[in-house]
Amino acid sequence: MHVSFEQWLTEIANYVFAALAIPTLVGAWMVVTSTNIVRAVLYLVVTLAGSAALFIMLGAEFVGWTVVLVYIGAVIILFLIGIMITRAPLGSHEELSHPATVKIPAALLSIVLFTVVAWAVADAFGGLAIPPDVGATRTGQLAEVIFQRFVIPFEVVSLVLLSALVGGIALARKDEPEEPA
Amino acid sequence: MTIAQFVILGTALFSIGLYGVITRRNAVLVLASVEVMLAAVNINLVAFDVYLADQLYAGQIFTLFIIAVAAAEVGIGLAIVLMIFRNRHDADVDELDLMRY
Amino acid sequence: MVPASVSTLLPILAFVAEEGGEGGHEVAVQVGNGGALAQWAWLIVAVPLVVPFLIVFFGKKLPFKGWELAAGTMGFIGAYGTALLLANAASPIATEFTLEVGRIGSFAIEWGWVVDGLSIMMYFLVGVVGFFVFVYAKGYMEGDIRFTWFFAAFTLFAGGMLVLVSAPNLIQLIVGWEMVGLASYLLIGHYWEDYANVDAGNKAFMTNKVADAALFIGAIIMALSVGSFSFADMLAVVTAQDASSPLATFGFWAGLMLFIGAMGKSAQFPFHVWLPDAMAGPTPVSALMHAATMVTAGVYLLGRIFPFYLDPAGLFGGQVRVIIMIIGGITLLFMGLLAFVQNDIKKVLAYSTVSQLGYMVAAMGAGAYTAGLFHLFTHAFFKSLLFLGAGSVIHAVHSNDMSDMGGLRKRMPYTYATFVIGTLALIGLFPFAGFWSKDEIIASLYEVGIEGSGAGWFVFALAVAGSFVTAFYMGRAVFLTFFGEYKGHAQPHESPRVMTYPLIGLAGFAALAGLLNMPGIATPFTSWLAARRVPMGDVHAQSINWGLVGLVTAMLAVGVVLAYRIFFPDRVTQAERDRFEIPVLYPLLRHKYYIDDLYMDGIVRPTMGPLASAVLWVDMWVVDGIVNGAGVVARGLATAVRWFDNRGVDGIFNGAAAATGGSGSVLRLFFTGKVQQYAALSFAGVVLLAVLFIIF
Repeated sequence: MHVSFEQWLTEIANYVFAALAIPTLVGAWMVVTSTNIVRAVLYLVVTLAGSAALFIMLGAEFVGWTVVLVYIGAVIILFLIGIMITRAPLGSHEELSHPATVKIPAALLSIVLFTVVAWAVADAFGGLAIPPDVGATRTGQLAEVIFQRFVIPFEVVSLVLLSALVGGIALARKDEPEEPA
Repeated sequence: MTIAQFVILGTALFSIGLYGVITRRNAVLVLASVEVMLAAVNINLVAFDVYLADQLYAGQIFTLFIIAVAAAEVGIGLAIVLMIFRNRHDADVDELDLMRY
Repeated sequence: MVPASVSTLLPILAFVAEEGGEGGHEVAVQVGNGGALAQWAWLIVAVPLVVPFLIVFFGKKLPFKGWELAAGTMGFIGAYGTALLLANAASPIATEFTLEVGRIGSFAIEWGWVVDGLSIMMYFLVGVVGFFVFVYAKGYMEGDIRFTWFFAAFTLFAGGMLVLVSAPNLIQLIVGWEMVGLASYLLIGHYWEDYANVDAGNKAFMTNKVADAALFIGAIIMALSVGSFSFADMLAVVTAQDASSPLATFGFWAGLMLFIGAMGKSAQFPFHVWLPDAMAGPTPVSALMHAATMVTAGVYLLGRIFPFYLDPAGLFGGQVRVIIMIIGGITLLFMGLLAFVQNDIKKVLAYSTVSQLGYMVAAMGAGAYTAGLFHLFTHAFFKSLLFLGAGSVIHAVHSNDMSDMGGLRKRMPYTYATFVIGTLALIGLFPFAGFWSKDEIIASLYEVGIEGSGAGWFVFALAVAGSFVTAFYMGRAVFLTFFGEYKGHAQPHESPRVMTYPLIGLAGFAALAGLLNMPGIATPFTSWLAARRVPMGDVHAQSINWGLVGLVTAMLAVGVVLAYRIFFPDRVTQAERDRFEIPVLYPLLRHKYYIDDLYMDGIVRPTMGPLASAVLWVDMWVVDGIVNGAGVVARGLATAVRWFDNRGVDGIFNGAAAATGGSGSVLRLFFTGKVQQYAALSFAGVVLLAVLFIIF
């Protein structure tokens, strides 16, 4: 009568994957084709949420929730601010994408890329399955590895963020009229 | 669940994102399409990490770094878009061909 | 999704120990696992949780604006509940299904659904009464600007209520508890353009929240004593009569705190203040939530852990029962009195509901499990019927005030007839439903009194007086509303069929439901309710006590006759009716015993004033101070970085620029300046490389 969550999950795993992957793909498709700019950004939320759900399904819970917090919580807000500041045309608008002379080659390129890579992947990884009793990644162990083995990349990323913060402010600041030096 | 499912999903997302990067005219949407591509990469990394049951969790850690760097990139990208908009009052990337030969 | 590898309980063989004649005895039946019908019962909870989102996203585009989804959901629940009821009647079911979704230390957090006599009764009630109310609401809410949202919130309420009554443990029960509290807040404040309605919603939510604090404390004490949140584990400790268990030490406090939580939801004195104000919501909400289902959640909780309270040896929660019984008794009489001075017809019914809830609580306190729950069952039907009838009247005359009514008997015949049936059921006239349920409660109180309990006699007297009170205020309401001359300004006419058909349906239940539990003749309801995994002790009348029946009927006859003499239009003038007053009592009743004023001045005003100012001070000086400090630090860092950039970095760039210039003049021809083209070219190159890698 008491069923563990993992057991139940493996039986329906493929359905859950489909149920999560399809909104992700649909969301991504709408991001690139929607004629309404605000909706395009909001579909990005759908895509990112779908990817976060997939992470959690794989057991990478910390990564999944970080995606929700950072990507959906902060980056999307930045996008919306960007839309607002650049006075993007709200509502439906045809000119958000290039005309067909650009769209067709781009679509062709995407499809060829996808076909080539997908064929290579299917050939290489065919039916290899992810072990079902994968269990959740313990955040404690993740933290141990970051701060022991990967502490230098961690520090470097912190500096990247710092420089981005500083750079962003410096770039977007209104130019003060300077005194003659 | 097979590893191939996830990688192919990642590839599909990457292609969709690529289509968006090339096709979109509005600078903010180009950045959004780049985000889609990065999401695809993230899925790929985490899927492989879980598949290989990596003791070092290298895939997940790298994904965290990608998230951080992507956030930084979007910040800078939008700052740049803002500056462009200030100068030209237009966010259309077609107008940005001042770097031609 | 199919829950995988779920196993059910083995049939439990329980023994029946009769003590003969009057008095308490264990009612127990051999129970089974209910088969596939019980396995799929999670749909009852899942559907009304998913449908509100469908209504919100797609409702406006549907032909009936989302109502069809809502009514279809309630119809499904009603049908499934009926099927379960019939299955339980044929062969008793008592089982539960749980999935473990998490752990906190050694406590398992589980989600699941219980299928036993008590839960099945609640599924049936929510579904059937809910279906009637939803059909009615289509007519009542016609033209409302938030029609779709109303049905989404209403369906969500049904989902929350079902989460509550299907809960196999305290955690899920609390989740459902809070969900219905949220739905109540949203629906009471449906007409939020008038700020008074928002206030009413806040009052309901806040009052419940205070009681919920006690609920949480009770749940924590209970869980720590037993080591688990699950009801099954709790009742196992009680059944084993283990006096050394921590539950025996702390049982009194756990039981008391849980009861206080139940008092909030079931509007017992002194937590009753929110229910009359909740009448600000639309009438279908009053009918379903504040009469039949949400307010019964407190009584349900008492019923769910009843062996803990019944506890003949007094090891666990037994001593709390006296308190429960007395609170129920106080509520039933003094709240009923408040209905005397109400001119708003919905407020009369609201106080009546509080009073009837007092009956149910008093019954549970007396140990009469079946009587209390049977009254819950019958009350759901006739009280919702009365509310829907009142709504029909309100809809016709566009006013809640009974002084704008009168003489509606001829113009609204269906409403009148069903309202009278509901009234007769409520006051307990033979053979309508209220007679059987209310008299059984009074008989149980009598038994408790006979066994030597002074409190039992006290509450018994209150309950008997309560029958008089109920008959008097309902008689007043009927006479003022339906007889005499119409005094209002609208053109009242009978309501459309979508509103009258549910009235007729509910009237049928109100008239006949009583036959389900006739002591000494046939008591199918008792055996349905006894389908639980733990044998339920029960103070239980074996046959009808005709002396008590005579006493109660006499009281209600006195009530009706007095109301007739004072309020019947043809006998007295309007002025005399309006002037009717009992000297000291009526002013006290008009001020609602000054309880609302006490709460306002004692609790609300001090919080809004001094406490809020103190919190603002902390926010402005402490929190903002930290943020400003961080800003100062960042500026210092920025200055340092600028220095580094100016001195160090520029030198490197000058050298690199020269080298780049040369190669640049050659490569520049590729550069059209369009970034996207560059991206396209790069990826074309990637594809080319990929193909090359694959081939070679």
